[in-house]
Amino acid sequence: MSLIYSAKRFFSLVAGILLFSTAFASGHESGEKKEFNVGEMIMHHIKDAHEWHLWGGEHGGKTIYLPIILIDGGVKTFSSSHFYHGEPATGHDHKTNEEVHYVKGVGPAAGYAMFHEKIYKLENGELSFEDGHAHAEKPLDFSITKNVLSLFMGAILILVLMSIVARFYKKNGPVAPKGLAKYLEVLIVMVRDDIAKANIGEHKYKKYVPYLLTIFFFIFINNLLGLVPFLPGGANLTGNITVTLFLAVCTLLVTLFSANKNYWLHIFAMPGVPKPLLLIMIPIEIVGIFTKPFALMVRLFANMSAGHIIVLALISIIFINQNMAWGGLSVPMALFISVLELLVAFLQGFLFAMLSALFIGAAVEEAHH
Amino acid sequence: MDLITPDLGLLFWTGLVFVLLLVILTKFIWKPILTSVNAREQKISDALELAEKTKAEMVALQAQNENLLKEARIERDAIVKDAKETATRMIEEAKATAKSESDKVVAAARAAIASEKTAAIAELKTQVAVLSLEIAEKIIRGELSSDDKQKALAEKLAEDINMN
Repeated sequence: MSLIYSAKRFFSLVAGILLFSTAFASGHESGEKKEFNVGEMIMHHIKDAHEWHLWGGEHGGKTIYLPIILIDGGVKTFSSSHFYHGEPATGHDHKTNEEVHYVKGVGPAAGYAMFHEKIYKLENGELSFEDGHAHAEKPLDFSITKNVLSLFMGAILILVLMSIVARFYKKNGPVAPKGLAKYLEVLIVMVRDDIAKANIGEHKYKKYVPYLLTIFFFIFINNLLGLVPFLPGGANLTGNITVTLFLAVCTLLVTLFSANKNYWLHIFAMPGVPKPLLLIMIPIEIVGIFTKPFALMVRLFANMSAGHIIVLALISIIFINQNMAWGGLSVPMALFISVLELLVAFLQGFLFAMLSALFIGAAVEEAHH
Repeated sequence: MDLITPDLGLLFWTGLVFVLLLVILTKFIWKPILTSVNAREQKISDALELAEKTKAEMVALQAQNENLLKEARIERDAIVKDAKETATRMIEEAKATAKSESDKVVAAARAAIASEKTAAIAELKTQVAVLSLEIAEKIIRGELSSDDKQKALAEKLAEDINMN
Protein backbone atom coordinates (compact mmCIF):
# COMPACT_ATOMS: atom_id res chain seq x y z
CA MET A 1 0.00 0.00 0.00
CA SER A 2 1.32 3.40 -0.78
CA LEU A 3 0.31 4.59 2.64
CA ILE A 4 3.39 6.50 3.65
CA TYR A 5 4.18 7.26 0.04
CA SER A 6 0.95 9.14 -0.27
CA ALA A 7 1.33 10.48 3.22
CA LYS A 8 4.70 11.91 2.29
CA ARG A 9 3.37 13.50 -0.82
CA PHE A 10 0.71 15.12 1.25
CA PHE A 11 2.96 16.07 4.08
CA SER A 12 4.06 19.09 2.12
CA LEU A 13 0.42 19.82 1.49
CA VAL A 14 -0.32 19.63 5.20
CA ALA A 15 2.67 21.81 5.91
CA GLY A 16 1.40 24.19 3.29
CA ILE A 17 -2.03 24.34 4.82
CA LEU A 18 -0.57 24.98 8.23
CA LEU A 19 1.69 27.69 6.87
CA PHE A 20 -1.16 29.40 5.13
CA SER A 21 -3.40 29.26 8.14
CA THR A 22 -0.74 30.59 10.50
CA ALA A 23 1.47 32.94 8.50
CA PHE A 24 -1.24 34.43 6.37
CA ALA A 25 -3.99 33.94 8.95
CA SER A 26 -6.44 32.14 6.69
CA GLY A 27 -6.38 33.95 3.46
CA HIS A 28 -6.88 33.37 -0.18
CA GLU A 29 -5.43 29.93 -0.83
CA SER A 30 -8.56 28.69 -2.57
CA GLY A 31 -7.78 30.85 -5.52
CA GLU A 32 -4.21 29.58 -5.75
CA LYS A 33 -4.78 25.90 -5.03
CA LYS A 34 -6.56 23.33 -7.06
CA GLU A 35 -9.32 21.76 -5.04
CA PHE A 36 -8.32 18.41 -3.54
CA ASN A 37 -9.92 15.68 -5.63
CA VAL A 38 -9.92 12.38 -3.73
CA GLY A 39 -11.07 10.21 -6.62
CA GLU A 40 -8.44 11.59 -8.96
CA MET A 41 -5.70 11.22 -6.36
CA ILE A 42 -6.63 7.62 -5.57
CA MET A 43 -6.93 6.62 -9.21
CA HIS A 44 -3.58 8.22 -9.90
CA HIS A 45 -2.04 6.14 -7.11
CA ILE A 46 -3.42 2.77 -8.01
CA LYS A 47 -2.65 3.18 -11.70
CA ASP A 48 0.67 2.79 -13.39
CA ALA A 49 2.99 5.78 -13.84
CA HIS A 50 6.18 6.70 -15.68
CA GLU A 51 7.66 8.33 -12.60
CA TRP A 52 8.31 7.14 -9.07
CA HIS A 53 7.47 9.86 -6.65
CA LEU A 54 9.59 9.74 -3.49
CA TRP A 55 8.69 12.76 -1.43
CA GLY A 56 7.83 16.41 -1.55
CA GLY A 57 5.47 18.45 -3.63
CA GLU A 58 5.75 19.69 -7.17
CA HIS A 59 8.67 21.93 -6.30
CA GLY A 60 11.58 20.70 -4.21
CA GLY A 61 10.24 17.18 -4.10
CA LYS A 62 12.13 14.12 -5.24
CA THR A 63 10.93 12.01 -8.09
CA ILE A 64 12.63 9.23 -10.03
CA TYR A 65 11.92 9.62 -13.72
CA LEU A 66 11.67 6.16 -15.21
CA PRO A 67 12.95 5.34 -18.69
CA ILE A 68 10.51 5.35 -21.53
CA ILE A 69 10.97 2.78 -24.28
CA LEU A 70 8.87 3.25 -27.38
CA ILE A 71 8.75 1.12 -30.48
CA ASP A 72 7.63 3.42 -33.22
CA GLY A 73 9.68 2.92 -36.34
CA GLY A 74 12.69 1.83 -34.26
CA VAL A 75 13.32 1.74 -30.54
CA LYS A 76 13.28 5.11 -28.83
CA THR A 77 14.57 5.42 -25.30
CA PHE A 78 14.51 8.52 -23.16
CA SER A 79 13.73 9.70 -19.65
CA SER A 80 10.15 10.39 -18.69
CA SER A 81 11.27 13.78 -17.38
CA HIS A 82 10.88 14.95 -20.96
CA PHE A 83 7.16 14.51 -20.40
CA TYR A 84 6.88 15.53 -16.75
CA HIS A 85 8.93 18.63 -17.47
CA GLY A 86 7.40 18.92 -20.91
CA GLU A 87 5.25 21.51 -22.48
CA PRO A 88 1.78 21.81 -20.92
CA ALA A 89 -0.91 21.87 -23.56
CA THR A 90 -4.62 22.21 -23.65
CA GLY A 91 -6.80 20.20 -25.94
CA HIS A 92 -10.44 20.38 -26.79
CA ASP A 93 -12.91 17.58 -26.24
CA HIS A 94 -15.11 17.24 -29.31
CA LYS A 95 -17.97 15.60 -27.41
CA THR A 96 -18.12 17.36 -24.10
CA ASN A 97 -16.77 20.67 -25.28
CA GLU A 98 -14.44 20.88 -22.33
CA GLU A 99 -10.82 21.80 -22.11
CA VAL A 100 -8.44 18.91 -21.45
CA HIS A 101 -4.95 19.37 -20.07
CA TYR A 102 -2.09 17.19 -21.27
CA VAL A 103 1.67 17.46 -21.75
CA LYS A 104 3.67 17.47 -24.94
CA GLY A 105 7.07 15.87 -24.78
CA VAL A 106 10.21 17.94 -25.30
CA GLY A 107 13.68 17.01 -26.48
CA PRO A 108 13.80 13.32 -27.43
CA ALA A 109 10.13 13.01 -26.54
CA ALA A 110 9.12 15.55 -29.13
CA GLY A 111 6.25 14.39 -31.28
CA TYR A 112 4.64 12.50 -28.39
CA ALA A 113 2.27 13.61 -25.72
CA MET A 114 1.32 12.16 -22.35
CA PHE A 115 -2.23 12.16 -21.09
CA HIS A 116 -3.13 10.28 -17.90
CA GLU A 117 0.23 8.45 -17.98
CA LYS A 118 -0.45 7.14 -21.49
CA ILE A 119 1.74 8.13 -24.39
CA TYR A 120 0.17 9.22 -27.67
CA LYS A 121 1.52 10.36 -31.01
CA LEU A 122 0.79 13.93 -31.76
CA GLU A 123 -1.14 14.66 -34.91
CA ASN A 124 -0.21 17.99 -36.39
CA GLY A 125 1.19 18.95 -32.98
CA GLU A 126 -2.18 18.37 -31.34
CA LEU A 127 -4.14 15.70 -29.46
CA SER A 128 -7.83 15.34 -30.06
CA PHE A 129 -10.18 14.18 -27.36
CA GLU A 130 -13.52 12.46 -27.25
CA ASP A 131 -15.47 11.86 -24.05
CA GLY A 132 -12.41 12.46 -21.92
CA HIS A 133 -10.31 10.00 -23.91
CA ALA A 134 -7.45 10.90 -26.17
CA HIS A 135 -8.26 10.01 -29.73
CA ALA A 136 -4.85 9.43 -31.19
CA GLU A 137 -2.48 6.71 -32.34
CA LYS A 138 -0.36 5.13 -29.61
CA PRO A 139 3.20 3.94 -30.10
CA LEU A 140 4.09 0.53 -28.67
CA ASP A 141 5.03 1.43 -25.11
CA PHE A 142 7.52 -0.93 -23.45
CA SER A 143 8.56 1.62 -20.86
CA ILE A 144 9.96 0.66 -17.51
CA THR A 145 7.01 2.05 -15.64
CA LYS A 146 6.51 2.12 -11.90
CA ASN A 147 4.83 -1.29 -12.02
CA VAL A 148 7.56 -2.77 -14.20
CA LEU A 149 10.25 -1.51 -11.82
CA SER A 150 8.27 -2.86 -8.88
CA LEU A 151 7.97 -6.13 -10.77
CA PHE A 152 11.75 -6.28 -11.19
CA MET A 153 12.34 -5.53 -7.54
CA GLY A 154 9.79 -8.11 -6.51
CA ALA A 155 11.41 -10.74 -8.72
CA ILE A 156 14.86 -9.89 -7.36
CA LEU A 157 13.53 -10.05 -3.81
CA ILE A 158 12.02 -13.48 -4.44
CA LEU A 159 15.24 -14.70 -6.01
CA VAL A 160 17.37 -13.38 -3.15
CA LEU A 161 15.10 -14.78 -0.44
CA MET A 162 14.72 -18.14 -2.11
CA SER A 163 18.38 -18.51 -2.99
CA ILE A 164 19.24 -17.99 0.69
CA VAL A 165 16.86 -20.82 1.53
CA ALA A 166 18.18 -23.00 -1.29
CA ARG A 167 21.77 -22.36 -0.25
CA PHE A 168 20.96 -23.39 3.30
CA TYR A 169 19.68 -26.74 2.10
CA LYS A 170 22.48 -27.23 -0.36
CA LYS A 171 25.01 -26.62 2.39
CA ASN A 172 23.36 -28.52 5.21
CA GLY A 173 21.46 -31.26 3.42
CA PRO A 174 18.28 -32.66 4.92
CA VAL A 175 18.42 -31.10 8.37
CA ALA A 176 16.00 -29.11 10.50
CA PRO A 177 15.68 -25.63 8.94
CA LYS A 178 17.27 -22.60 10.56
CA GLY A 179 17.04 -18.88 9.95
CA LEU A 180 15.15 -17.74 6.89
CA ALA A 181 14.63 -21.32 5.75
CA LYS A 182 12.65 -21.98 8.92
CA TYR A 183 10.09 -19.33 7.98
CA LEU A 184 9.88 -19.88 4.25
CA GLU A 185 9.85 -23.65 4.46
CA VAL A 186 6.49 -23.50 6.21
CA LEU A 187 5.05 -21.71 3.18
CA ILE A 188 6.81 -23.99 0.70
CA VAL A 189 5.55 -27.09 2.45
CA MET A 190 2.10 -25.53 2.70
CA VAL A 191 1.99 -24.99 -1.06
CA ARG A 192 3.26 -28.50 -1.69
CA ASP A 193 0.96 -30.32 0.74
CA ASP A 194 -2.13 -28.22 1.30
CA ILE A 195 -2.39 -26.70 -2.15
CA ALA A 196 -0.78 -29.09 -4.65
CA LYS A 197 -1.14 -32.49 -3.03
CA ALA A 198 -4.58 -31.84 -1.60
CA ASN A 199 -6.11 -30.60 -4.85
CA ILE A 200 -4.23 -32.35 -7.63
CA GLY A 201 -3.75 -35.73 -6.07
CA GLU A 202 -0.99 -37.88 -4.67
CA HIS A 203 0.30 -39.16 -7.99
CA LYS A 204 0.30 -36.12 -10.24
CA TYR A 205 0.96 -33.13 -8.00
CA LYS A 206 4.76 -33.15 -8.22
CA LYS A 207 4.91 -31.71 -11.72
CA TYR A 208 2.85 -28.66 -10.75
CA VAL A 209 4.53 -27.78 -7.45
CA PRO A 210 7.17 -25.45 -9.01
CA TYR A 211 4.48 -23.52 -10.91
CA LEU A 212 2.25 -23.22 -7.86
CA LEU A 213 5.17 -22.19 -5.66
CA THR A 214 6.24 -19.55 -8.16
CA ILE A 215 2.74 -18.16 -8.56
CA PHE A 216 2.15 -18.15 -4.80
CA PHE A 217 5.37 -16.36 -3.94
CA PHE A 218 5.09 -14.01 -6.93
CA ILE A 219 1.69 -12.82 -5.75
CA PHE A 220 2.47 -12.94 -2.03
CA ILE A 221 5.78 -11.03 -2.23
CA ASN A 222 4.45 -8.48 -4.69
CA ASN A 223 1.34 -7.99 -2.54
CA LEU A 224 3.56 -7.32 0.46
CA LEU A 225 5.78 -5.06 -1.58
CA GLY A 226 2.68 -3.11 -2.55
CA LEU A 227 1.97 -2.59 1.14
CA VAL A 228 5.37 -1.00 1.70
CA PRO A 229 4.66 2.71 1.31
CA PHE A 230 8.11 3.82 0.12
CA LEU A 231 10.53 3.01 -2.65
CA PRO A 232 10.92 -0.77 -2.86
CA GLY A 233 7.15 -0.90 -2.72
CA GLY A 234 4.21 1.34 -3.16
CA ALA A 235 3.26 0.33 -6.66
CA ASN A 236 -0.04 -1.41 -7.14
CA LEU A 237 1.40 -4.24 -9.20
CA THR A 238 -0.82 -7.16 -8.17
CA GLY A 239 -3.80 -4.82 -8.30
CA ASN A 240 -3.10 -4.19 -11.96
CA ILE A 241 -5.41 -5.93 -14.38
CA THR A 242 -2.56 -6.66 -16.83
CA VAL A 243 -0.61 -8.61 -14.23
CA THR A 244 -3.58 -10.55 -12.95
CA LEU A 245 -4.64 -11.20 -16.53
CA PHE A 246 -1.26 -12.67 -17.30
CA LEU A 247 -1.26 -14.87 -14.21
CA ALA A 248 -4.78 -16.08 -14.92
CA VAL A 249 -3.84 -16.89 -18.51
CA CYS A 250 -0.85 -18.86 -17.22
CA THR A 251 -3.14 -20.95 -15.04
CA LEU A 252 -5.56 -21.38 -17.95
CA LEU A 253 -2.75 -22.59 -20.22
CA VAL A 254 -1.33 -24.94 -17.60
CA THR A 255 -4.83 -26.33 -17.04
CA LEU A 256 -5.57 -26.80 -20.74
CA PHE A 257 -2.21 -28.35 -21.56
CA SER A 258 -2.36 -30.79 -18.70
CA ALA A 259 -6.01 -31.69 -19.27
CA ASN A 260 -6.62 -35.37 -20.00
CA LYS A 261 -9.23 -37.16 -22.11
CA ASN A 262 -11.58 -37.31 -19.19
CA TYR A 263 -11.62 -33.51 -18.87
CA TRP A 264 -12.42 -32.91 -22.53
CA LEU A 265 -14.98 -35.69 -22.44
CA HIS A 266 -16.80 -33.90 -19.66
CA ILE A 267 -16.84 -30.72 -21.71
CA PHE A 268 -17.80 -32.05 -25.15
CA ALA A 269 -19.68 -35.22 -24.28
CA MET A 270 -20.77 -35.18 -20.68
CA PRO A 271 -21.40 -38.81 -19.82
CA GLY A 272 -24.96 -39.62 -18.92
CA VAL A 273 -26.44 -36.50 -20.51
CA PRO A 274 -28.98 -36.91 -23.34
CA LYS A 275 -27.69 -35.80 -26.75
CA PRO A 276 -30.05 -32.83 -27.23
CA LEU A 277 -29.03 -31.43 -23.86
CA LEU A 278 -25.42 -31.40 -25.01
CA LEU A 279 -26.37 -28.55 -27.33
CA ILE A 280 -26.80 -26.44 -24.23
CA MET A 281 -24.15 -28.12 -22.12
CA ILE A 282 -21.23 -27.73 -24.51
CA PRO A 283 -21.40 -23.92 -24.76
CA ILE A 284 -21.86 -23.68 -21.00
CA GLU A 285 -18.84 -25.89 -20.38
CA ILE A 286 -16.74 -23.94 -22.87
CA VAL A 287 -17.67 -20.69 -21.18
CA GLY A 288 -16.82 -22.41 -17.89
CA ILE A 289 -13.25 -22.98 -19.05
CA PHE A 290 -12.77 -19.25 -19.30
CA THR A 291 -14.84 -18.01 -16.39
CA LYS A 292 -12.61 -19.81 -13.89
CA PRO A 293 -9.39 -17.94 -14.77
CA PHE A 294 -11.46 -14.79 -15.34
CA ALA A 295 -12.61 -15.00 -11.75
CA LEU A 296 -8.98 -15.46 -10.67
CA MET A 297 -7.99 -12.35 -12.60
CA VAL A 298 -10.79 -10.18 -11.23
CA ARG A 299 -10.45 -11.46 -7.65
CA LEU A 300 -6.79 -10.57 -7.30
CA PHE A 301 -7.15 -7.28 -9.17
CA ALA A 302 -10.18 -6.15 -7.20
CA ASN A 303 -8.89 -7.25 -3.81
CA MET A 304 -5.54 -5.57 -4.09
CA SER A 305 -6.84 -2.40 -5.70
CA ALA A 306 -9.60 -2.17 -3.13
CA GLY A 307 -7.09 -2.42 -0.29
CA HIS A 308 -5.04 0.41 -1.76
CA ILE A 309 -8.16 2.49 -2.36
CA ILE A 310 -9.43 2.07 1.19
CA VAL A 311 -6.15 3.10 2.80
CA LEU A 312 -5.80 6.09 0.49
CA ALA A 313 -9.40 7.09 1.09
CA LEU A 314 -8.96 6.92 4.85
CA ILE A 315 -5.81 9.02 4.65
CA SER A 316 -7.67 11.46 2.43
CA ILE A 317 -10.12 12.20 5.22
CA ILE A 318 -7.44 14.48 6.64
CA PHE A 319 -7.10 16.39 3.37
CA ILE A 320 -10.80 16.59 2.63
CA ASN A 321 -11.38 18.21 5.99
CA GLN A 322 -8.10 20.13 5.79
CA ASN A 323 -7.53 19.50 9.45
CA MET A 324 -4.71 17.54 11.08
CA ALA A 325 -7.00 16.49 13.94
CA TRP A 326 -8.80 14.12 11.59
CA GLY A 327 -5.59 12.12 11.60
CA GLY A 328 -6.71 10.84 15.00
CA LEU A 329 -9.51 9.04 13.19
CA SER A 330 -8.04 8.29 9.83
CA VAL A 331 -4.60 7.06 10.90
CA PRO A 332 -5.84 4.30 13.26
CA MET A 333 -8.36 3.24 10.64
CA ALA A 334 -5.76 3.20 7.89
CA LEU A 335 -3.43 1.28 10.19
CA PHE A 336 -6.15 -1.27 10.86
CA ILE A 337 -6.84 -1.70 7.16
CA SER A 338 -3.10 -1.94 6.45
CA VAL A 339 -2.76 -4.74 8.97
CA LEU A 340 -5.79 -6.40 7.44
CA GLU A 341 -4.12 -6.01 4.07
CA LEU A 342 -1.17 -8.05 5.37
CA LEU A 343 -3.59 -10.90 5.83
CA VAL A 344 -5.20 -10.24 2.47
CA ALA A 345 -1.77 -10.22 0.80
CA PHE A 346 -1.20 -13.75 2.01
CA LEU A 347 -4.77 -14.85 1.46
CA GLN A 348 -4.88 -13.70 -2.16
CA GLY A 349 -1.63 -15.47 -2.99
CA PHE A 350 -2.90 -18.57 -1.25
CA LEU A 351 -6.27 -18.41 -2.98
CA PHE A 352 -4.78 -17.89 -6.41
CA ALA A 353 -2.46 -20.86 -6.02
CA MET A 354 -5.20 -22.91 -4.37
CA LEU A 355 -7.74 -22.30 -7.13
CA SER A 356 -5.08 -22.86 -9.80
CA ALA A 357 -4.35 -26.20 -8.17
CA LEU A 358 -8.06 -26.95 -8.01
CA PHE A 359 -8.50 -26.27 -11.75
CA ILE A 360 -5.42 -28.31 -12.62
CA GLY A 361 -6.67 -31.05 -10.33
CA ALA A 362 -10.00 -31.12 -12.13
CA ALA A 363 -8.21 -31.26 -15.48
CA VAL A 364 -5.98 -34.21 -14.61
CA GLU A 365 -8.56 -36.14 -12.64
CA GLU A 366 -9.07 -39.69 -13.84
CA ALA A 367 -12.53 -41.01 -14.60
CA HIS A 368 -13.97 -42.87 -11.66
CA HIS A 369 -17.42 -43.88 -12.81
CA MET B 1 -11.68 2.90 -18.38
CA ASP B 2 -7.96 2.37 -18.41
CA LEU B 3 -8.00 0.87 -14.91
CA ILE B 4 -9.34 -2.34 -16.43
CA THR B 5 -7.59 -2.09 -19.78
CA PRO B 6 -4.60 -4.37 -20.08
CA ASP B 7 -1.41 -2.62 -21.07
CA LEU B 8 0.80 -4.23 -23.68
CA GLY B 9 4.11 -3.02 -22.25
CA LEU B 10 3.36 -4.22 -18.74
CA LEU B 11 2.05 -7.50 -20.14
CA PHE B 12 5.32 -8.01 -21.97
CA TRP B 13 7.46 -7.27 -18.93
CA THR B 14 5.26 -9.32 -16.60
CA GLY B 15 5.42 -12.26 -18.96
CA LEU B 16 9.16 -11.97 -19.38
CA VAL B 17 9.85 -11.63 -15.66
CA PHE B 18 7.40 -14.31 -14.63
CA VAL B 19 8.65 -16.87 -17.14
CA LEU B 20 12.27 -16.16 -16.23
CA LEU B 21 11.39 -16.38 -12.55
CA LEU B 22 9.55 -19.65 -13.10
CA VAL B 23 12.49 -21.17 -15.00
CA ILE B 24 15.20 -19.96 -12.61
CA LEU B 25 13.26 -20.83 -9.47
CA THR B 26 12.27 -24.25 -10.75
CA LYS B 27 15.75 -25.14 -11.83
CA PHE B 28 17.93 -23.67 -9.11
CA ILE B 29 15.70 -23.07 -6.13
CA TRP B 30 12.60 -25.23 -5.86
CA LYS B 31 14.36 -28.38 -6.91
CA PRO B 32 17.09 -28.37 -4.24
CA ILE B 33 14.69 -27.12 -1.58
CA LEU B 34 12.04 -29.71 -2.33
CA THR B 35 14.64 -32.46 -2.66
CA SER B 36 16.09 -31.57 0.73
CA VAL B 37 12.70 -31.23 2.37
CA ASN B 38 11.54 -34.54 0.91
CA ALA B 39 14.77 -36.23 1.93
CA ARG B 40 14.43 -34.88 5.42
CA GLU B 41 10.82 -35.98 5.66
CA GLN B 42 11.86 -39.41 4.46
CA LYS B 43 14.62 -39.43 7.06
CA ILE B 44 12.25 -38.41 9.81
CA SER B 45 9.63 -40.96 8.88
CA ASP B 46 12.32 -43.62 8.61
CA ALA B 47 13.67 -42.69 12.02
CA LEU B 48 10.17 -42.77 13.48
CA GLU B 49 9.52 -46.11 11.91
CA LEU B 50 12.80 -47.41 13.25
CA ALA B 51 12.00 -46.08 16.70
CA GLU B 52 8.60 -47.77 16.55
CA LYS B 53 10.21 -50.98 15.45
CA THR B 54 12.85 -50.76 18.14
CA LYS B 55 10.16 -50.13 20.70
CA ALA B 56 8.25 -53.19 19.57
CA GLU B 57 11.45 -55.16 19.65
CA MET B 58 12.16 -53.91 23.13
CA VAL B 59 8.72 -54.95 24.26
CA ALA B 60 9.21 -58.36 22.70
CA LEU B 61 12.62 -58.63 24.30
CA GLN B 62 11.19 -57.65 27.64
CA ALA B 63 8.45 -60.21 27.31
CA GLN B 64 11.02 -62.74 26.33
CA ASN B 65 13.14 -61.83 29.32
CA GLU B 66 10.16 -62.13 31.58
CA ASN B 67 9.32 -65.49 30.12
CA LEU B 68 12.88 -66.57 30.57
CA LEU B 69 12.82 -65.38 34.13
CA LYS B 70 9.54 -67.13 34.75
CA GLU B 71 10.85 -70.30 33.26
CA ALA B 72 14.00 -70.04 35.31
CA ARG B 73 11.97 -69.52 38.42
CA ILE B 74 9.80 -72.52 37.63
CA GLU B 75 12.85 -74.56 36.90
CA ARG B 76 14.49 -73.43 40.10
CA ASP B 77 11.39 -74.31 42.06
CA ALA B 78 11.27 -77.68 40.38
CA ILE B 79 14.93 -78.29 41.13
CA VAL B 80 14.53 -77.28 44.75
CA LYS B 81 11.45 -79.41 45.06
CA ASP B 82 13.24 -82.27 43.41
CA ALA B 83 16.21 -81.88 45.70
CA LYS B 84 13.98 -81.78 48.71
CA GLU B 85 12.16 -84.85 47.56
CA THR B 86 15.42 -86.62 46.88
CA ALA B 87 16.76 -85.67 50.27
CA THR B 88 13.61 -86.83 52.02
CA ARG B 89 13.59 -90.00 50.03
CA MET B 90 17.24 -90.58 50.81
CA ILE B 91 16.65 -90.01 54.50
CA GLU B 92 13.64 -92.25 54.41
CA GLU B 93 15.55 -94.87 52.56
CA ALA B 94 18.45 -94.58 54.96
CA LYS B 95 16.08 -94.82 57.85
CA ALA B 96 14.38 -97.81 56.34
CA THR B 97 17.70 -99.47 55.57
CA ALA B 98 18.96 -98.76 59.02
CA LYS B 99 15.79 -100.14 60.53
CA SER B 100 15.83 -103.28 58.49
CA GLU B 101 19.52 -103.73 59.24
CA SER B 102 18.93 -103.30 62.95
CA ASP B 103 15.92 -105.60 62.75
CA LYS B 104 18.02 -108.15 60.97
CA VAL B 105 20.77 -107.80 63.59
CA VAL B 106 18.25 -108.10 66.38
CA ALA B 107 16.60 -111.09 64.72
CA ALA B 108 19.97 -112.70 64.17
CA ALA B 109 20.87 -112.02 67.75
CA ARG B 110 17.61 -113.45 68.86
CA ALA B 111 18.08 -116.46 66.71
CA ALA B 112 21.61 -116.90 68.03
CA ILE B 113 20.42 -116.49 71.61
CA ALA B 114 17.63 -118.97 71.02
CA SER B 115 19.93 -121.52 69.45
CA GLU B 116 22.50 -121.01 72.22
CA LYS B 117 19.76 -121.46 74.73
CA THR B 118 18.57 -124.64 73.08
CA ALA B 119 22.13 -125.86 72.88
CA ALA B 120 22.67 -124.96 76.50
CA ILE B 121 19.45 -126.67 77.53
CA ALA B 122 20.43 -129.77 75.51
CA GLU B 123 23.87 -129.75 77.15
CA LEU B 124 22.29 -129.28 80.49
CA LYS B 125 19.97 -132.16 79.76
CA THR B 126 22.88 -134.41 78.79
CA GLN B 127 24.85 -133.31 81.81
CA VAL B 128 21.84 -133.89 84.01
CA ALA B 129 21.37 -137.31 82.45
CA VAL B 130 25.04 -138.17 82.93
CA LEU B 131 24.94 -136.90 86.46
CA SER B 132 21.72 -138.75 87.16
CA LEU B 133 23.21 -141.88 85.69
CA GLU B 134 26.32 -141.43 87.78
CA ILE B 135 24.19 -140.80 90.85
CA ALA B 136 22.01 -143.76 90.01
CA GLU B 137 25.09 -145.89 89.50
CA LYS B 138 26.47 -144.75 92.80
CA ILE B 139 23.16 -145.38 94.51
CA ILE B 140 22.77 -148.75 92.86
CA ARG B 141 26.32 -149.53 93.73
CA GLY B 142 25.52 -148.57 97.28
CA GLU B 143 22.42 -150.69 97.31
CA LEU B 144 24.19 -153.57 95.83
CA SER B 145 27.34 -153.32 97.97
CA SER B 146 26.19 -155.98 100.44
CA ASP B 147 24.18 -159.10 100.10
CA ASP B 148 21.59 -157.88 102.46
CA LYS B 149 21.00 -154.92 100.49
CA GLN B 150 20.89 -156.93 97.32
CA LYS B 151 18.37 -159.21 98.92
CA ALA B 152 16.29 -156.30 100.25
CA LEU B 153 16.21 -154.79 96.86
CA ALA B 154 15.28 -157.87 95.17
CA GLU B 155 12.59 -158.36 97.67
CA LYS B 156 11.33 -154.88 97.16
CA LEU B 157 11.34 -155.26 93.45
CA ALA B 158 9.61 -158.54 93.79
CA GLU B 159 7.12 -156.90 96.02
CA ASP B 160 6.46 -154.28 93.41
CA ILE B 161 5.92 -156.95 90.84
CA ASN B 162 3.73 -158.90 93.13
CA MET B 163 1.58 -156.02 93.83
CA ASN B 164 1.05 -155.61 90.16
